[in-house]
Amino acid sequence: MKFALKSSLLSIALSAAMSTAALAGDLVINFDDPNPGPKAGFEAAVEAFKAANPDVNVIVNINDREAHKTAIRNFLSADAPDITSWYPGNRMAPFVEAGLFEDVSDVWEANGFSDSLAAIKPTMTIDGKQWGVPYTYYQWGVYYRKDIFDKLGLAEPTNWDEFNAAAMTLKDAGVTPITIGTKYLWTAAGVFDYLNLRINGYEVHNDLTAGKVKYTDERIKNVFMVWKDMIDAGYFVDNHATMSWQDAIAPFANGDAAMYVMGNFSVDGYKNAGMTEDQIDYFQFPEITPGLPRAEEAPADAFFIPTRAKNKEDARKFLAFVAQPDIQTEWNKTIGQLPINKNASVGDSKFLQEGFETLSTATGLAQFYDRDAPAQMAKAGMEGFQEFMLDTSKMDAILERLDKVQDEVYK
Amino acid sequence: MNAANGSQRSWFQRNRITLAPWLFVAPALLFFSVYVIIPIFQSITISFYEWNGLYNAQGESTATWVGLQNYEKLLDDERFFVSLKNNVIWLVFYMLAVPAGLAIALFLNQTVTGIRIYKSLFFFPFVISQVVVGLIFGWFYNPDFGVIGSVWKAAFCEEVINIVGNVSTRCTHSPPDILADETWATYGIIFAGLWPQIAYCMILYLTGLNNVSPDQIEAARLDGARGWRMLRHVILPQLAPATFLAIVVTVIGALRSFDMIAIMTRGGPYGSTNVLAYYMYETAISEYGDRYGYGSAIATVLFLIMLVYISYFLWRMYQDERGR
Repeated sequence: MKFALKSSLLSIALSAAMSTAALAGDLVINFDDPNPGPKAGFEAAVEAFKAANPDVNVIVNINDREAHKTAIRNFLSADAPDITSWYPGNRMAPFVEAGLFEDVSDVWEANGFSDSLAAIKPTMTIDGKQWGVPYTYYQWGVYYRKDIFDKLGLAEPTNWDEFNAAAMTLKDAGVTPITIGTKYLWTAAGVFDYLNLRINGYEVHNDLTAGKVKYTDERIKNVFMVWKDMIDAGYFVDNHATMSWQDAIAPFANGDAAMYVMGNFSVDGYKNAGMTEDQIDYFQFPEITPGLPRAEEAPADAFFIPTRAKNKEDARKFLAFVAQPDIQTEWNKTIGQLPINKNASVGDSKFLQEGFETLSTATGLAQFYDRDAPAQMAKAGMEGFQEFMLDTSKMDAILERLDKVQDEVYK
Repeated sequence: MNAANGSQRSWFQRNRITLAPWLFVAPALLFFSVYVIIPIFQSITISFYEWNGLYNAQGESTATWVGLQNYEKLLDDERFFVSLKNNVIWLVFYMLAVPAGLAIALFLNQTVTGIRIYKSLFFFPFVISQVVVGLIFGWFYNPDFGVIGSVWKAAFCEEVINIVGNVSTRCTHSPPDILADETWATYGIIFAGLWPQIAYCMILYLTGLNNVSPDQIEAARLDGARGWRMLRHVILPQLAPATFLAIVVTVIGALRSFDMIAIMTRGGPYGSTNVLAYYMYETAISEYGDRYGYGSAIATVLFLIMLVYISYFLWRMYQDERGR
C-alpha cells in the first residue's frame, strides 16, 4: 500500500520535475555543511569550476548535515541532484546496493585517480568499482596540553609503557589523563578503534567491522582488557556520559585533563575555548603491540553522482575537477583538513603538517567504526562501548550481546 | 427553467438532510484518513517487510517480505523490553500529575488578591515547549554546572588550584550524574515531564472547580461534612469529568513521551531510557537507523497498546452519550 502510494507520489513529483526540467547545462549540487569554513571552501571550488566551465550553470543547495542525512534517502529516488556529498565505506553501501549511486570507475580510470587518490581507493570501492570521488579527509590522534606536559617534564609518548607512565605522572599531579564526552557515543568508538588498531592491527579492524571476527574473540577481549585497565585506573574524566565532545573540551581547556583522543576538526574547538597553538599539540596514538604496522583513522568526505541525475556528463567533469591537486590544496587550506590527492600540498598549520605525516606513512587507513560497520552494528557497538566505560564489570554481557547483533546484521 | 435543472435541484432537495452532515465532515474525514488511518495500515504492512527505506533508481521499493520475522526478533530484543518497561514506568509515575494537579488546584481555588497571577504562574510550565523544559532540566541535573551539581559541590567538594593555575574542584564523592545513570535517568526525565503535566491537570481541575455547585456544598456543610469527607464525597464526584479528562491527557502524554527523551538523553545511556516511541524512531529514521520494517513492528505494538486504551475511551464516551 505504502509502495503504491509512494510510487504514485513519485510520478507526480517526477512530472513536476520534468515540467520545470533543468536545462541541459544545469548542474545541481547538494552539499551538506553550512558552517562558515566548509561552506566557503565548497563555494570557492564551485566558483573555480564555473570559471573553468563557463557553459555550465551550477545550482547549489547547501543543507544542514543532519538534515542531509535524512533527506538523501528521499531525494536520491525522487528528485535527484546531479551531485551529492556523502560518505564512503559502509555509509555509501545501502545506496550502492539499491542502485542509487552511479558507478564512476571510468572517472577514476580517465584521471589516474587509482594512483593519486590511492589512500582512499579501498573505501570508495564496492564490488571492484568506485562509486564516488573524495575531496577531503583528516587525521585522528591524541591532542594534548603541551604546557602541562612541559611542566611535568613529559615527552610525547611513543609506546604504551611511556603512555602509561605519562598518565600516572599526570594523575599524581592531580590532572585527569584523558577527557572524553560520550553522550553522542561516537567518541568512545574513536578510543576503541585506536586500541584495536594498535593491539590487533588493521586487518582485525576490517574483519571486525565486516562481521568476520566475533566480539567475544580473544583478540577483541584483549582490547577491552586494556581499555578496562585504563578506565579502572581513572584515565578518563567523570561524567563523560552527559557530555558531548564539545562539552568535554571544558576540562581540557581548564587544565583538569591533559589529553583528548580526537579528530583534527576539534582544533577549532580548542582555539574557541581560549587555548593557543602553543598550549596544544598532537601526537600519534602510541604503539601497543611492538612492531605492528601502524594504521590510522582517516574519515573522508566525498561526492557522488545519483543514478537518477539528469546531467551526468557535467557531473563527471565536476568529480574530476574536485580531485585536482590545486583545487584540493585550496579547499583543504580553507577548511583546515587534508587533501587526498597526493600531488596536492598541505596547509601550514602544525596539526595539518603532522597529520599529513601521520597519514602518508600509515600502512592502512580506517574510516571510523561507525562508517566501517553497518549502521545497526555501529549503533549497538557504540552503545556497548559507552556502557562498558560506565561499568567495566559488564564486559562479558556486552560482548555477548554484540555477538548476537552481529549474527543478525551480517546474516 | 428547464427540466434537467429542475430535476437536479429536486434530487439535492430530497437528499439535503442526509448530505449536509457528510459535506461538513468530508474535509476532516479526508485529512484524517490521509494522515492517520492510511498510515496506520501502511505501517502495519511495512512491519512484515525487511526494508531500509530506500527505493531503487526505478522507484521500486527494495523491501523483502519476511512475514512475522520482525515480531519474532522483538521477542528476543532486550532493548525492546527495556523500552516497554520504561513505558510502564512512565504510565505509572506520570499519573502522579493527576493528584498533584488536584492538590494545587484546590490550593489555588480561593479568592485572594492577585490569585490570578499565582494561577498563571503555576500554569506557566505548560505553556513552555517540552523541548525547553527538557533543556532546562538537563542543565538542572548537570553534575558540573547544574543546580544539583552545585549543591553537591558545596557539601562534598573543595576548590583547588590545578596545575595550570586555574580553579578546579576536588570531591570526596563525585556528584550524582542522574541522566547518565541507567537506574535514575528515566525517573529524572519523568520528573521533568511532570512539571508541565501537573500544570495541565491543575488547569483542568480549576475549570472543574468553577462548576462545582455551591448549593451542594452548602447542603453538605449543613449536614456536618468537612475536610476530607467533604472532598471525597461532595467535591470529587462533581469533578469526575475533569478527573476523566486529566487521566486521558496524562495517559496520552505518557505514551507519547518522546521530545523530552530526545532532548535529555537521546534514549541513553546505552538505550536505558528508551520508550517504544523513541526506540521506533531510533531504529527506523535516526542517523544509525535504517530498519523501517523493524521500526514499524515496534510502532504496531505501540499502536496495539494504545488501541486497548482508546477502545476503553471510546466505549466510555459512547456510554456517556447514551446516558444522556
